Parts: sequence; structure tokens; C-alpha cells
Amino acid sequence: MKTYEEINARIEAKKALVLTAEEVIGYVERKGLEQAAKEVDVVTTATFGAMCSSGCFLNFGHSKPRIRMSEAWLNDVRVYTGIAAVDVYLGATELRHNDPANMYYPGEFRYGGGHVIEDLVAGRKVQLFALSYGTDEYPRREVRTWFEMKDLNQAIMVNPRNCYQNYNIAANCSEKPIYTYLGMLKPKMKNLVYSSAGQLSPLLNDPLYETIGIGTRVWLAGAQGHVYAEGTQHAPSVNRTSLGVPTEGAGTLALTADMKQMKAKFVRGASFKGYGTSLALGIGVPIPILSPEILRRTTVRDCDISAPVVDYSSDYPNKTGKILGTLTYEQLKQGEVQLGGKTVEVGSLSSYAQALEVAQLLKEEIQRGEFLVTRPIAPLPAEGTVKPLVIKGKKQ
Amino acid sequence: MTTKKLFLYFPPTKIDAPIVYHLVKEHNLTVNIFRAKVTPDENGFLVLDVTGDDENIESGIEYIRSLNVEVNEQSKGLRWEEEKCVHCGNCVPHCPTDALSVIDRQTMRISFNENLCIQCLSCIENCPFSAVKSVF
Repeated sequence: MKTYEEINARIEAKKALVLTAEEVIGYVERKGLEQAAKEVDVVTTATFGAMCSSGCFLNFGHSKPRIRMSEAWLNDVRVYTGIAAVDVYLGATELRHNDPANMYYPGEFRYGGGHVIEDLVAGRKVQLFALSYGTDEYPRREVRTWFEMKDLNQAIMVNPRNCYQNYNIAANCSEKPIYTYLGMLKPKMKNLVYSSAGQLSPLLNDPLYETIGIGTRVWLAGAQGHVYAEGTQHAPSVNRTSLGVPTEGAGTLALTADMKQMKAKFVRGASFKGYGTSLALGIGVPIPILSPEILRRTTVRDCDISAPVVDYSSDYPNKTGKILGTLTYEQLKQGEVQLGGKTVEVGSLSSYAQALEVAQLLKEEIQRGEFLVTRPIAPLPAEGTVKPLVIKGKKQ
Repeated sequence: MTTKKLFLYFPPTKIDAPIVYHLVKEHNLTVNIFRAKVTPDENGFLVLDVTGDDENIESGIEYIRSLNVEVNEQSKGLRWEEEKCVHCGNCVPHCPTDALSVIDRQTMRISFNENLCIQCLSCIENCPFSAVKSVF
């Protein structure tokens, strides 16, 4: 048994033994659980994928004369201004002004909030256009100017729902192609799409939230950020395997970090034909090995993790709860699976390759003594489900 | 028998010769067209495979050049920008010839084999990160 303080002392002395969630599997097999738990200090987990519930607060500073922005656009993408004078919130799925969306179905959604965030992190210039109704102390009614990240006072990413613990595998059983946030799905179940880093994924390596909690320091696209709350739709009360691994969605994390410290490679605007725009992020979470049990859970393999196959042409939109079957990430990563008596091709929307890179980068930062582990200030809820939206009248 | 991929660039003038007919009939070539856009008074292109004896391929190319059409054997119709690719693999089931494929199931990295590409462009429609582009 180790404590957070002991692990951090070893990190600061640059003596910590750090392994990625992939490397730890073989390490524990060779050394045995008890011995490995004495040796290993931290296991790094990671994921890279589209996370629609991402966005950022920006502060522009004040112009002369001042303006209280009441409507604003960044590269023609609308931002939320219902907060203080020159603060705005930019969301990843916001569309560009005049984007025809799905009026010419399927829409292309070439540029949106996620792309503005990518442009800012990549150091590109962005145009601000803002209007105001004017007040005595904020008389300016309009502003149009170019700016870049370094001109901002603050650019803080605030993502209410990242790192879904597990996720649906999308299929399309209908007769026509459909366009979803899991990409284009060919008719008659000709392809499946999944989105998870599987055995590398943060919440699949700490499935019972024993070390990841509110206050945990995380690697958010290269910046040191933290978990600020349970993620929205956090629903831990689901079916789980004997190892505690959920076999469907389950937990989520709300994350925040300074966007000025982020690496452009891990902040990527995304366009999903027929669906909209989003933001793909690379996220790493260190798991301090406080006990053999915590270590055991980090040795989870793709073959131990399964996800439900859901028909996105009917069961998902109509919320029937029906699933077509379950598949493990080991099966999915082969690129072809057997389902419903036929061979189906499999694609992915998360990137295992980039997740591996994040796990490695985080490992190196910890080895250099630059990234410490943190004791959560509060645990994530261990129980709970997602309530549906019930459509009803005022007096019901 | 040899198969060559040819990229024909048409100048913005009217060319009314039935090129493909002549390639088949007079130069004894098997023609497989991947992509074409030939409009009078605009720059146009035609991407095709020709299969036949080396001699016939040579004479066919000479014939096309005699019409003032540029023939390029080195060109690429599609560009995979590796630095933009995040290696998610969403394109893979949409690629009918495995030109885009997972080269290593351990790291799940993607690679593009240009020789297999038939320029159907479905990767372009399905890449969320605009990592594949058409040069035409």
C-alpha cells in the first residue's frame, strides 16, 4: 500500500516507476500482482476522440471606449454572451452563421465551434465581431477586430462531459445510409463504428472511481487541468463485469484546463457529415497505484471490455433500449466482426494511435517530475442513473 | 501486359476527338476510367488505367499528346495529409480497395497506399478531420 504523498515524493525525486495502461498488462503478468503493486507508482491512461460537450470561456479585455458584448461571433460562429461584459463561451458544436445545416441533406458542416477552438490553439488569427445595445458605462455598440490566443487575458477550456467510460457501437439496420455523430452508417448493417480507447481509456482503468475524483489533475490536450465535477449524464449504476467494468456508457468527467498551454495536435475541430461539428481531444489521466486492487483494475484488456451494438436508424432515436448484441474491443479492433450471422466491417471514431501517444507523453512528464498525482477533494458519485426528459404540461 | 495509371489534363479549348474510343480501337488498350471532368473552355482532367502491350501504351500516349492534352504518369489524384490524420480509422470501412487501411493492429495506425486508390472519394466524405483532399 502506498500513499499519494509517497508516490509524489518518488515522482519529484524522478524515481517513479510509470507504465502506460498497455504496458502494465504484461508487467503484472511477469511480476505477479503483489510484487508489481510494490514497484509500480503510476499507470497512465488516455483517450483521443470527439467530445461534443467541449467549449471554452474567453476574456478579450476592454476596448476604448468600452463595450458590453450582447451578441458576438468568432469567425462567424456564434458565442454565448449572457455573462460579464467581455467574457464569452464558445461551444464545440456551434455552427457557423449561414451554415445551411441539413437543409441540403446531408450537410457538410465544414466549420464550427470546434474548428475555432482548433484555430486558437494552433495560434491562428480569428475574427471577433460583437454588437451591443450600449449603456452609460459601455457606450460602444459594435466591434470588429482580429485577435489570436496570446491577445486574450484568459482562454479556459470547460468541458461538462468528456471521457465517457464506455460507449455504444453504432449500426444501421435500415435500407438507406444514415449520418450520425458516429459517422456515416451504411444500410443493412454493412459497417459498425465504435468510439473508445478500450484498455487505455481512463475510466475503464479505474472503473469504480477509486482514484479519479473531483480535483484529480489530468492532462487535457497537453495542459495540466483537472476534473471539476462529475460529467453530465454520469450514470454509474449500470451492468458491470466481475472486474467492475461497465458494459455500457456509465461514468463521465467534467474537465477544465488552460487552453494557452495546449498542444494543437490534440485539439482538433471535426466535421460529421449530416450531423454537425465537434471537437476531438486527447486526454490523459494518471492512476496512482495505491493498492494491488487498484493495480489489478488497470490491467484490464480489450478482451475484458464489451460494448452494446445499437441500431442508430431506429432504436437509438426512438430510445427503445434494445441492443443488437455486444462485442469486445478486441473483436472490434480486428476490423471485422461476426454479427447477426454475417461479417461486418468495423471503423472507429476514436484514435487508439493518438491515445497511445498521449499515454506515453503523460508517462514521460511524470518521469521528468513535472506532473504530480492528486488526491481528489471529493469522490465521483458511485451510484446514479440518467433521468429521461418527460414531456408534460405545467400542472402534470 | 502492363497497366499504367494516367492523368490527362485538358487545356481550356475544345477537344472533340473521342480519345477513349481511339485508345481502345486503334491502340488495342483496355481502359478503366476512375474520374473525369472535361468541359469545353475549361481546364479538364481524366484519370484512367490503360492496360496493354508496352508498345501500344506508348503509341496511345503519343496519340493523346498529339491532341495537345498533357499526360502525366506521376500525378496523384488524391492527397492523404498524414500530419492532419488522427488515425481514427473511420475511413477504413468506406474504402473499397483497402488503399486506406490499418497497417498495425497493435498501434491501430492508418496508412495510404496510393497504388490501390481508385479515387472513389468516399474517404473525403467520411474524414471528420479533412485529412484527405482531391487535387482536382
